Amino acid sequence: MSTSIRRCFFILMLCIGLVSLPSRAQISNVVEVEQSLVGKDYALKSEAIVWLAQSGDDNARFVFEKLMQGNVYFHKKTKQIVYASKVEKGASLPFLFSDETIVVNKKRDFKKVGVNNQLRSELRTQLASLDLYSDDASTRFDAAKNLLSNASLEHQALIQDVIKQESDAKVRDVLALALAIIDLRGSDEGAQRAAIERISDSKRPEALQALNLAKQELSDPELLILIDKSIADYQASQKRYAMVETLYFGLSLGSVLVLAGIGLAITFGVMGVINMAHGELIMLGAYTTYVLQQLMPNNLGASLLISIPIAFMVSAIVGIIIERLVIRHLYNRPLETLLATFGISLILQQAVRSVFSPLNRSVATPEFMSGMFEVNPMLSLTNSRLYILLFCMIVFVLLVLILKKTALGLQVRAVSQNREMAKAMGVRSERVDAMTFGLGSGIAGVAGVALSQLTNVGPNMGQAYIIDSFMVVVFGGVGNLWGTLVAGLSLGIFNKMLEPWVGAVLSKILVLVFIILFIQKRPRGLFPQKGRAVES
Amino acid sequence: MLNILRQDRGGKILLAILMIAIVLVPFLNLALPSEHPLHVQTYTVTLMGKYLCYALLALAVDLVWGFLGILSLGHAAFFALGGYAMGMYLMRQIGSRGVYGDPVLPDFMVFLNWQELPWFWQGFDQFWFAALMVVLIPGLLAFVFGYFAFRSRVSGVYLSIITQAMTYALLLSFFRNEMGFGGNNGLTDFKDILGYSLQSDQTRIALFVASCAALIGGYLICRAIVASRLGRLSVAIRDAESRTRFIGYRVDTVKLWIFVISAMLAGVAGALYVPQVGIINPGEFAPINSIEVVVWVALGGRATLFGAVAGAVIVNYAKSWFTVELPEVWLFFLGALFVLSTLYLPKGIVGLVKSKSSTMTSNSKDEESTAQISEAKA
Amino acid sequence: MSAQVHNLPLGKQVIEPVQKFFQRDQVFDFLVPQHHPLLDTRHKILLYLEGVSVSFDGFKAIDDLNLYIEEGELRCIIGPNGAGKTTMMDIITGKTKPDNGQVWLGSNINLLEMDEAQIANAGVGRKFQKPTVFEFLSVWENLELAMAGPRGPWQVFLSKLTGEQKDDIERVLSIIGLSDQLALSAGSLSHGQKQWLEIGMLLMQRPKLLLVDEPVAGMTHQEMDRTAELLTSLAGQHSVVVVEHDMDFVRSIANKVSVLHQGHILAEGSMSEVQNNAKVKEVYLGE
Repeated sequence: MSTSIRRCFFILMLCIGLVSLPSRAQISNVVEVEQSLVGKDYALKSEAIVWLAQSGDDNARFVFEKLMQGNVYFHKKTKQIVYASKVEKGASLPFLFSDETIVVNKKRDFKKVGVNNQLRSELRTQLASLDLYSDDASTRFDAAKNLLSNASLEHQALIQDVIKQESDAKVRDVLALALAIIDLRGSDEGAQRAAIERISDSKRPEALQALNLAKQELSDPELLILIDKSIADYQASQKRYAMVETLYFGLSLGSVLVLAGIGLAITFGVMGVINMAHGELIMLGAYTTYVLQQLMPNNLGASLLISIPIAFMVSAIVGIIIERLVIRHLYNRPLETLLATFGISLILQQAVRSVFSPLNRSVATPEFMSGMFEVNPMLSLTNSRLYILLFCMIVFVLLVLILKKTALGLQVRAVSQNREMAKAMGVRSERVDAMTFGLGSGIAGVAGVALSQLTNVGPNMGQAYIIDSFMVVVFGGVGNLWGTLVAGLSLGIFNKMLEPWVGAVLSKILVLVFIILFIQKRPRGLFPQKGRAVES
Repeated sequence: MLNILRQDRGGKILLAILMIAIVLVPFLNLALPSEHPLHVQTYTVTLMGKYLCYALLALAVDLVWGFLGILSLGHAAFFALGGYAMGMYLMRQIGSRGVYGDPVLPDFMVFLNWQELPWFWQGFDQFWFAALMVVLIPGLLAFVFGYFAFRSRVSGVYLSIITQAMTYALLLSFFRNEMGFGGNNGLTDFKDILGYSLQSDQTRIALFVASCAALIGGYLICRAIVASRLGRLSVAIRDAESRTRFIGYRVDTVKLWIFVISAMLAGVAGALYVPQVGIINPGEFAPINSIEVVVWVALGGRATLFGAVAGAVIVNYAKSWFTVELPEVWLFFLGALFVLSTLYLPKGIVGLVKSKSSTMTSNSKDEESTAQISEAKA
Repeated sequence: MSAQVHNLPLGKQVIEPVQKFFQRDQVFDFLVPQHHPLLDTRHKILLYLEGVSVSFDGFKAIDDLNLYIEEGELRCIIGPNGAGKTTMMDIITGKTKPDNGQVWLGSNINLLEMDEAQIANAGVGRKFQKPTVFEFLSVWENLELAMAGPRGPWQVFLSKLTGEQKDDIERVLSIIGLSDQLALSAGSLSHGQKQWLEIGMLLMQRPKLLLVDEPVAGMTHQEMDRTAELLTSLAGQHSVVVVEHDMDFVRSIANKVSVLHQGHILAEGSMSEVQNNAKVKEVYLGE
């Protein structure tokens, strides 16, 4: 309702404006519009368009869009206007201003309705004003953004009218910027000054464009200084947000590293078992997600949520089987454990390759995780990464709680510190070993669910993570979950900080070299366990 | 000289086989007509030459893992570096016969629009220089890496993991075109070595003989170390590192030198490998390659030297067979090999054979070693 | 040494090491055999520990420990579990660095500036609580490795046993009673024999100071007596520090006993003095 009232008001205003325009003919009905469009007088066509826009005709938008696309033709003799993407013999073309159609007898009979640049600009403006009154906020936003690139004095009245009633802050921002840009292009120096201030407050990329453009156009030295300062300000805040973004990317990579490494922190850190098949347990989790998604393709969100516990179970069970069959026999022989579990990783890889083919599989991302979260025009964060960061924290906290608060956690810590003593106290150390290994493996599976949202799922994905995971655990200090967290996040940030300087591959290499050097300096990681027991 | 082979029956057998191969294989290939039933095809000779290179690499790993307890997961890197040094020489030998016909720049540099040869490619047109680099570059890397690692007492699993990280870092680096080693594709399209065409039967035979000789030399070097007091010291370090330190030995120095020698042997193996297979690319740095070598040694028998050679040949023969006949099954087989040999064959095939024979001839080993020591006392 | 280098002009800093490197009338530094440095024991004291403290995660394992071992003395150190006996040995042998304090061998060798190997070569031998011998090597080879002599890799590679050295090994073999087992691998020895072998390895090192951690654990009475005999015979030419729980054994060998409690010396003196000390009674008997 309010839209139509608004529009009436605006039309009234425009009509007052129009009176002053030099006009040779008046258009007062649709027939006249049709006639003028067919003709060659572009000024007349322009008037026709303005009239059509003001008439409140529901068809107006459609007509404008077709004209913009250049898909409008007229019959040379009957002067009837039709629209079609292509005129072909035998095709029946619909009329633009009515519901009827006409069949093409000869292609030659039809000619395109001419549109020149000026007319296009008029069309754009009219379309924009139509959109600016739309009930849909995103349509209004897009229209406002469109205005920025060709904002000129003629839009001022329109924008000023719209902005008063605009309820959406984002759209209002854009409109205000448009007004400022228009002011800047004006001739009033005071207004220009104020405009520069207002523009430099905006974080939209168009603001910088407008400033740069004005810098070329203006000659007043004082204004130029002001503009330079604003540009510098703008670029400074751009840099700041770029830093924030890098930090976010770093945290996001870090959360992936933590997720991949945290299961290992348990099997390697707490139990002292080198599990080279850890990466493949992650892979199993990812494939579990893939399979569940294939089973329930219409419910992506639910399948992802179900995947978490199921992937945990799958990887945990496989982990327990590995522990019972192989690792159990190799306690206190870490190097042999390393070799045997590496063998297992090869078997798991090949098994997956045989079952699912060697090709990578892609796992779809559910709606709620896709898209971006826009903080402001300079900074938008990928939703999926945000969720994974959050997920990583939840997993971490749960794990810490399990180890600190539950009976299993107590037994795990007891066995890891003094196996013989724990046995003497009645802890069934074999069962604890299997459970601990299952827990670490299960977490790997859960990590796989998260990773399936970021990368393709394939037989080689485990190998891609195993070295990283070990690096994180060793860097953080073995047997220390907090160390793993800090190490993972800081390595992620470090990596992403380097990336703009040296590129992705080299930054990865540098991180590896850094860790190698670090371990030389502090063989027990960031947060070493102390005491005599460690030495032996 | 032969002192070091006393007590080493497996070694004697191995050396005898290699000596015979040096004489017999060239004869069977060159002198016999190709219809002759005993004729050995050049393809087979090259394949055997490849196995010998792997065997030398396994020997190098056994020296540090078997006798010093350093489980290096980075020996494929030393192997590949030696290979790259040789590959650079072979690349320079192509000269203007490359696709782009540039007299100095290898094809990939022309392709990348490089104007001149990078400094680290200088000198590789000389064989002696390349041959020197084949041992020096892996040796230098091992020295720098080992110096820091052993001095700060990184050992056991930690050492394994950082050697793997080192290999991985090298893998990533060599994939980069900017490194100047041909990036993804590596170095290939070699034409000739020392002026002899790599395609000719004679050159292939010569390379085979060189591989045999290198393996013999490598074996003698390793055996000389192992049979000396230094070898016993290594075993002492392997089994009780801190005890050795409290006796007054600089464990890090001992580890460092043996590690360097081992890396150099690996480099030589790589250098002989490249002209025989005709390509070297970053894939050789893949962590799995290094770990595979360890399983050759584990399967053959750790700390026996000749066991490592046997393991390398057996596993690689199996690999050749599987990848032709049952490619799907190969990784299952290799994986199972890892698991089973660590679980059930802690002493490898050599251990299995020994325990079989010693149950038959009861306690002969103790008598033998008593005899040896009384001999040493005399 | 390094401080001097920093004061030199840059050119000299580079040139001197290079010159030194090519100065081939000398062998490389790392090839120089590490002889016992001249030991200064004019004050009759071989080992000084002064004000030594070390803590692990806030727990003070050693707290202001002062201990002086005279030349040729046989000293027993007793104390309840966790008193810091093993940690004290770790500090002397360089395995653990103390937070505070001084450790000197004689009055001119600062043990805190040396690593384990240097300390061992300076004349400190150590026997561990758990017997650690090289299990895969024969008894003979164990002794051969422990023998005082070259320590650099190249020299070890080249070294051959001289007749004199073989006699030396045999002499030690007969002292520790393992002459008949010389070709057996050390791993196949009994627990007591391993203890003896380890003591034998200590003897081969010709140390000035022997640190012996629980030498009679797991030994029969007969073996214990022989060990006591051996340790007393060693005192005189060597200083011997024995850490032991077995009071009978301590009584049989000791003329001077130190009681370690919560990281510092509680009492020192002859066995009977110590036994009558009120503080010691309190610690041991909880009176």
